[in-house]
Amino acid sequence: MKKITKTKYRKLQLILRYLYGSKGYFALAIAASLISTVLNALTPQIFRYSIDEVLGGSGLTYLSDNLWVLAWMIVVVAVASGIFTYISRTNTARAGENFAKNLRDALFTHAQKLPMKWHDKNQTGDIIQRCTSDVEVIRGFVVTQLLEVFRTAFLVLTSFVMMFSMNVKLSCVVLLFVPVVIVYSTVFYKLIAKRFTTADEAEGELSTVVQENATGVRVVRAFGREQFEMERFDEKNDAFAKLWIRLGTLSGLYWGIGDLITGLQVVAVIIFGVVEAVNGSISVGEFIAFAAYNSTLVWPIRGLGRILSDMSKAGVSFERVDYIIRSQEEEYGKESEKTDGTYPISFQHVSFGYEEGKDVLRDISFTVPEGRTFGILGGTGSGKSTIIQLLARLYELEENRGGIYIGGREIKEIPIEELRRSIGMVLQEPFLYSRTIRENIAASVPDASLEEIRYAARIACIDEAIMSFPDGYETLVGERGVTLSGGQKQRIAIARMLLQKAPIMVFDDSLSAVDSQTDYNIRRALKEHMKEATVILISHRVTSLMGADEIMVLHHGQIEECGTHEELIQRNGIYRKIYDIQMSRDDREKMEG
Amino acid sequence: MAAYEEQEYNNPFSFRIWMKLSPFFKPYKRFFAITLGLNILLAGVDILVPLFQSYAIDAFIIPDRMEGLGIFALIYIAVIAGQTVCVYLSVRAATIIEMNVGKDLKRAQFQHLQTLSFSYYNTTPVGYIHARVMSDTLRIAGMIAWGLVDMFWALIYVVSVFGIMFILNARLALIIAMIVPCIALLTVYFQNRILKWNRKVRRINSQITSAYNEGITGVKTSKSMVIEKDNEKRFYEKTSDMRHASIRSAKLNAVYIPAILFFSSVASAVVLARGGYMVRENLIKLGTLSVFISYAVVIFEPIQQLARLLSDLISCQANIERVTDLLEQEPNVVDQPHVLQKYGDAFMPNRDNWEKIRGDIVFEDVSFRYPDGKEYVLEHFNLHVPSGMNVAIVGETGAGKSTLVNLVGRFFEPTKGRILIDGVDYRERSQLWLHSQIGYVLQNPHLFSGTVRENIRYGRLDATDEEIIEAAKNVSADQVVEKMEKGYDSDVGESGGLLSTGEKQLISFARAVLANPAIFVLDEATSSIDTQTEKLIQDATNHLLKGHTSFVIAHRLSTIRQADLILVVKEGKIIERGTHLELLDKKGYYYELYSRQFEEEAAMRVYAGEQRS
Repeated sequence: MKKITKTKYRKLQLILRYLYGSKGYFALAIAASLISTVLNALTPQIFRYSIDEVLGGSGLTYLSDNLWVLAWMIVVVAVASGIFTYISRTNTARAGENFAKNLRDALFTHAQKLPMKWHDKNQTGDIIQRCTSDVEVIRGFVVTQLLEVFRTAFLVLTSFVMMFSMNVKLSCVVLLFVPVVIVYSTVFYKLIAKRFTTADEAEGELSTVVQENATGVRVVRAFGREQFEMERFDEKNDAFAKLWIRLGTLSGLYWGIGDLITGLQVVAVIIFGVVEAVNGSISVGEFIAFAAYNSTLVWPIRGLGRILSDMSKAGVSFERVDYIIRSQEEEYGKESEKTDGTYPISFQHVSFGYEEGKDVLRDISFTVPEGRTFGILGGTGSGKSTIIQLLARLYELEENRGGIYIGGREIKEIPIEELRRSIGMVLQEPFLYSRTIRENIAASVPDASLEEIRYAARIACIDEAIMSFPDGYETLVGERGVTLSGGQKQRIAIARMLLQKAPIMVFDDSLSAVDSQTDYNIRRALKEHMKEATVILISHRVTSLMGADEIMVLHHGQIEECGTHEELIQRNGIYRKIYDIQMSRDDREKMEG
Repeated sequence: MAAYEEQEYNNPFSFRIWMKLSPFFKPYKRFFAITLGLNILLAGVDILVPLFQSYAIDAFIIPDRMEGLGIFALIYIAVIAGQTVCVYLSVRAATIIEMNVGKDLKRAQFQHLQTLSFSYYNTTPVGYIHARVMSDTLRIAGMIAWGLVDMFWALIYVVSVFGIMFILNARLALIIAMIVPCIALLTVYFQNRILKWNRKVRRINSQITSAYNEGITGVKTSKSMVIEKDNEKRFYEKTSDMRHASIRSAKLNAVYIPAILFFSSVASAVVLARGGYMVRENLIKLGTLSVFISYAVVIFEPIQQLARLLSDLISCQANIERVTDLLEQEPNVVDQPHVLQKYGDAFMPNRDNWEKIRGDIVFEDVSFRYPDGKEYVLEHFNLHVPSGMNVAIVGETGAGKSTLVNLVGRFFEPTKGRILIDGVDYRERSQLWLHSQIGYVLQNPHLFSGTVRENIRYGRLDATDEEIIEAAKNVSADQVVEKMEKGYDSDVGESGGLLSTGEKQLISFARAVLANPAIFVLDEATSSIDTQTEKLIQDATNHLLKGHTSFVIAHRLSTIRQADLILVVKEGKIIERGTHLELLDKKGYYYELYSRQFEEEAAMRVYAGEQRS
């Protein structure tokens, strides 16, 4: 019980948090809704008054001679109520859309700040689902349902106040129906909602068959399985139709019975109203007004059942979104005193594993003096990429598992933003944003001039290729634009990194998809342009590493050997073997196997 | 490469387009008749209900007596009960129409999709195809079942109410009638504008979804460049657009509804003023006035509904056009009538007439260009692949290595020239005959939702469980399968999503082995797979190719070296051909390509401890 109230409280807290800046709109919307409901309740009173005046003829002759006055009053009330309805609806929209924007923005910002470890653990599709569909459900709840609950409550209240003021007995008859309708529609709607879920699942299955058939069309054709697919489709298609027909029949029943109850409510009011009128307890005008109040009540009360059961859906979505919000962001650290501007890198006895008990790095120690180039050679799974991810604190080193230092400071002490800005990285499979090529290269320096951008692109040997596109640097990348080859992507990523002008540069196998001639050209150009930078070069190609000041060979997470190119050749270890194979292209025997 | 552009459908209302669907309504004529009949009844009942109130006033309250009130109540309840039954029956009939029309329409599209050519699939995104079969069809079926019925009901209701009002009192009726065009115009105007903004909202919504996708998949890059703030700024712009568009749409709605209510209040006010006067002058009864007031309030709902439905109907036409476009799409590769007669089609094959295949393939002066391409990618190409020969096709990613394979599989046909299989032009036999003889293993193996067993059985539907396990063993897939929690009954997930690429690959090998075809087409995986699985796949490949005619889009040295013939592709064209040794001697493009590959694999082997001398 305690737990339930706690989660309810948490949901309310969330709503209030993201309603910031629009609580006023919300309050205004509720107030306006109240006023327009009250105004609407006046109209039947005007009718009542005019009918009784006209019929009785006993009262004010002025009004019965000038019915236009009453008619105008109806229009005025309608206009006034219309204005308040407008105010209520627009302010609800403002509040709700602000709320949705705040929530969406918060989720995006938060997702970017969540640690890599969290992203590895959670499926992208699922997270996106939570950020889109679930937010939509919550938005619907805040924009329509929440206000609708208020509105219905006001309506019921004012209608009953009006009715009780005219006749208590008759009002009680109407009042009797209210709980019946609410309970009926809530129960029935819950019943149908369950079937809706099954029917939705059937739709999902059918949808999967269509999707898989289209994506797997090559397999279907290659095995000549058209008939088989047709049968599979028919099975799901029939099941889908059958379930929905059953559901439709059930909803027909629901609507039918709902209509019956509503109809009986109307009949009851009329019959009892006649009795009361004949007994002289109410006038004709009051009888008509009663009928009018009764009919305005009927639909909102029926709608309430639907809203009540929809609320539980919003509750589930809240929990799904809250899962993201609750997750702990990375520790970004405060702005600190500026560094001394030197960037030697040092790893001291570093061990690390992504999962407990499965270390991918074991006791790694090395030092890169400032301005030097450090090469790392290693195969798949040797842990070479992990080294640079630790350096940029994309993953955090645990306590007592060694230390990483830049310029003598432990990286834990450096604010994350400052640390990452000082490291330019080119990842093995670079990610490009669906923006223009120009915007991609200038991602970290948005105000870079085209000259600077092209300069970086020229060093990365990609300028020419970019200029060959019809839109040049304004070409869009990604789904809606041009499809780039792996090598082109890598070179754009290199240009992007160069523009960052970081004192530390890291290349994680970033020329793997580039042919050896271009590889050589880029390396030569880079050498000229990054004399001052501290460079870490990761590759499986010996030729890419030969020029480094020191080379470390990584094998199964441990340092196999370390030294200059010459030293490693002398040592006759793995490095030497790979060197021999890769340098001896002309050795026909080897290539012929 | 241009992005796929969806065709816009903005045709004016056309009866011809709607009639294209008539074969799909015809079987349900009876239900249409039932639901229309019921709706006439229903409209009648709905019209009667306000009359009860006025009768109560005129017959009981004014004369101040209660005789007959019991009978009145009974009749009233009976009418309400009748209404309930009508509602239930008409909902049921409409549902039956909706679901059955939808089902048939989906089926027709799905069946047609099984015959469409690869050129269609190559140029049409899967999402587009999926939307045709699912959401467009749902919308059409819903419109036909509910939209038409509701329109019919509203039309009858409005016409009859006006009929009654004119009979009761023509002058009062005329006053209400004057409001009708205002409401109709208002509805059409607002509906169109609201629709426009809603479309915008949907468009921005999909942008937001892709932005989330980009934000999350690119998180490592964003973090390492510290551009989270810039990303946020871009994202906030989109959500601001979203807020703006949503509020605009809500505002339109917020004006529209009070505006309608305003007109309806004007009508009631006028009726009250005029009618009240008439009651006083004894020109009409009070009950009649109360009927008019009731009608003045309720008539506007069906009028709004009519206007709304009309604009829905017009916008639904775009869905119909999209669906009929798919149905009218012609396949590029079709079997000739005489071929169909002998061999049967994909759904009714005539297997008795099928010849056995040896797998001897001849390209005879073949020229080819893709249906959407301008340039010939093959010109006067001649090649003889005797039964059992292994052909490797090498080249860079995107160079066009699959062209030849697409031609062999007859997923495309030569633009000029012929391809002979066992000495006969393959167009003289049915597509299904050929496809049943070719085993296909793709780079990104596609599996279907279901179990491992079901997926392997896809290769031969009548295979026993033992044969399935045997096939898995042949390609060493059993080692992987047995490690899974439920073995062969493990669920592979949607499109095999629960398995790794390596696992999918092995299962698709087993599937191909089970089919035991004469010709193999194999597209080797480039993606990095752990060394253990890599070894298994290597062995499986060797097993597959032995004794079969095969075409391999090759990435692995061992496969290339063992090939009887290597075709080297660059920029869509075959530029070198020969055996491995011949091509090395040439020191051309193949030589460069191969050396790069060689370096990488050799290094990998060193790490793996398989040092070679």
